[in-house]
Amino acid sequence: MPEITYRQAIHDAMVEEMRRDKRVFIMGEDIGTYGGAFGVSAGMLEEFGPERVVETPISEEAIVGAAAGAAMVGMRPIAEMMFMDFIFLALDPLVNQAAKARYMFGGKATVPMVVRMPSGSGSGAAAQHSQSLETILMHIPGIKVVAPSTPYDAKGLLISSMRDLNPVCFVEHKLLYKIKGEVPEEEYAIPLGLADIKREGRDITIVASGIMVHKSLDAAEILNEDGISVEVVDPRTLRPLDVDTIAKSVKKTGRLLVVHEAVKTAGWAGEVMASVSETSSWDYLDTPMRRLTGKDVPIPYNRHLETAAVPQVDDIVREVRAMVNNQY
Amino acid sequence: MKNNQLAKFDNETTTDILAKSKDLGLSKETLIEMYQTMISIRLFEEMADRLYALGKVHGTMHLSAGQEAVAVGTGAVMSKDDYLLNHHRGHGHFIASGADINKMMAEFLGKETGFCRGRGGSMHIADVEANNLGANGIVGGGIQLVVGVGLAIKMMGTERVALVIFGDGAANQGIFHESLNMAAIWDLPIVYLCENNQYGMSADIARVSSKVPFKDRALAHGIPGYYIDGNDVLAVYEFMKIAVDHARSRKGPVFVEAQTYRYFGHSKSDRNLYRTKDEIEEWKNRDPIKRFQSLLIEAKVITDTDIEKIHEDMTRLIDEAVEFADNSPEPDASEVTEWVYA
Repeated sequence: MPEITYRQAIHDAMVEEMRRDKRVFIMGEDIGTYGGAFGVSAGMLEEFGPERVVETPISEEAIVGAAAGAAMVGMRPIAEMMFMDFIFLALDPLVNQAAKARYMFGGKATVPMVVRMPSGSGSGAAAQHSQSLETILMHIPGIKVVAPSTPYDAKGLLISSMRDLNPVCFVEHKLLYKIKGEVPEEEYAIPLGLADIKREGRDITIVASGIMVHKSLDAAEILNEDGISVEVVDPRTLRPLDVDTIAKSVKKTGRLLVVHEAVKTAGWAGEVMASVSETSSWDYLDTPMRRLTGKDVPIPYNRHLETAAVPQVDDIVREVRAMVNNQY
Repeated sequence: MKNNQLAKFDNETTTDILAKSKDLGLSKETLIEMYQTMISIRLFEEMADRLYALGKVHGTMHLSAGQEAVAVGTGAVMSKDDYLLNHHRGHGHFIASGADINKMMAEFLGKETGFCRGRGGSMHIADVEANNLGANGIVGGGIQLVVGVGLAIKMMGTERVALVIFGDGAANQGIFHESLNMAAIWDLPIVYLCENNQYGMSADIARVSSKVPFKDRALAHGIPGYYIDGNDVLAVYEFMKIAVDHARSRKGPVFVEAQTYRYFGHSKSDRNLYRTKDEIEEWKNRDPIKRFQSLLIEAKVITDTDIEKIHEDMTRLIDEAVEFADNSPEPDASEVTEWVYA
């Protein structure tokens, strides 16, 4: 299987689906000649022309509103937010229109659209270009939230997102664009709502998404040398959340640590822990469930501060050891 | 009448209805139909108000009595294939676009047989299959969505037009300029119809707007704009026809601002503290239905007997709609989580 980058996987998913389905088009800022702020749409303007690679003014509310409108009348738009932080400028069309149209209209409308958005810190872009806001999106009935961690998942999940009949927020951690992974050449799709066990283990379950999957896998490698066997579960889709797979894993390991880059207060770790506590897996817990999250701060600019603001491999290792050694 | 807007209307006041309708290519039958639709809207709203007082309508609603000419003049121009994106005060436009009054009334009463199975209510009535993309509870909501509808029409290469109707209040939302800008740079087949009824809830438009009439803001985007008397149904028809023809012939977006007035308060909680009874009475002297009716009588298009019959017929239609709604089942509580996702 050829190895491609996460960026390429997302690019390929869009290009292949646009070749297959004339209803699919992309709109966003600087996505044409510039190729998108992170280069994801490079070359698409040349292949599909300005009719289907629609370069917009800096008007996020209108971009997402237009995507919703086009979706309601039969198109399959992909709207690109240059940074996830800018989704706040477009929450009204996303939350008050796209997410609700189907329900408000008694099931008689569909809004098949994807909003792609680069999230996360680590690029030195500071507080307004580094947030992980998936929890806010997860809170809205009618929206699906997808956050892939590997090139394989990114392509397969984006294909499914483009074919889904609902508004899907597709969260791409910006530090992942450069990572490489195996992706089949033939067409495939990964169903939304299915978690993936990225590493099997016996002693503790780590639930992590996006870049935190990789940090958790690195931590698992280190912990393995201590004889601690870590299972890493990547929900891949945050809404709907695959509670079954997570709960099953916790039943097996007896311990749950949720790791996310988003800030702690009202972050989705709480949702995972609450969901597990509602299942029979609760009875199998050997130690209190814990979460390791971004600190409750805006992302700072300074490199050391930025690193300190979100969980790192060492933090995960330390937390797992404490949990396994019954320090809580 | 308060004169917020010093600009002169672009239309000439309709005085000779026969000459005017000949110019516009409207038959006498069409004129009568238009009158009849105006009556049905007024009666529908008066009934809705009564049903609310009786406690049958849950929540709130936004009545448009006084604005019927905008709805009917516009509805007479639009084709069934055109898309409609409406605002929260949208009953008149739906009726004028040919919507089933029974299903509307059922939606008011929150019934399963309503347009939205009782999930939407007055503020969210939609009929997507019939290209009606809904009333909207967000001021300016349609202005967001219409850009994509215009894009879709262009991509699909159809002859359709997207009509978005919004109030003066929405013209002060940021999306107003985002939307007009995009429509202009991409030459989208969009008709922007600003139904200026003088107040955004309680806010007098002159007090909260840097520049009126709003059509000047369209002109600033290079979009042709017309400022018309929205209480003159044939003027609305005339300029909406110009606008729709413009958009349909792929000349890009176009803007019409129709000045009108609502008699009822903004919503059911409104006690009209921000305007005087005299002002409301002055506008009632320019009532769009009365004006049209007297022109029709003067030109002998209809007689007093015809008018009486139309009132009787429309009253019966509304009563039947209430009966249909009353006899319709409530949605089943066990289905409350249906329709969140497709």
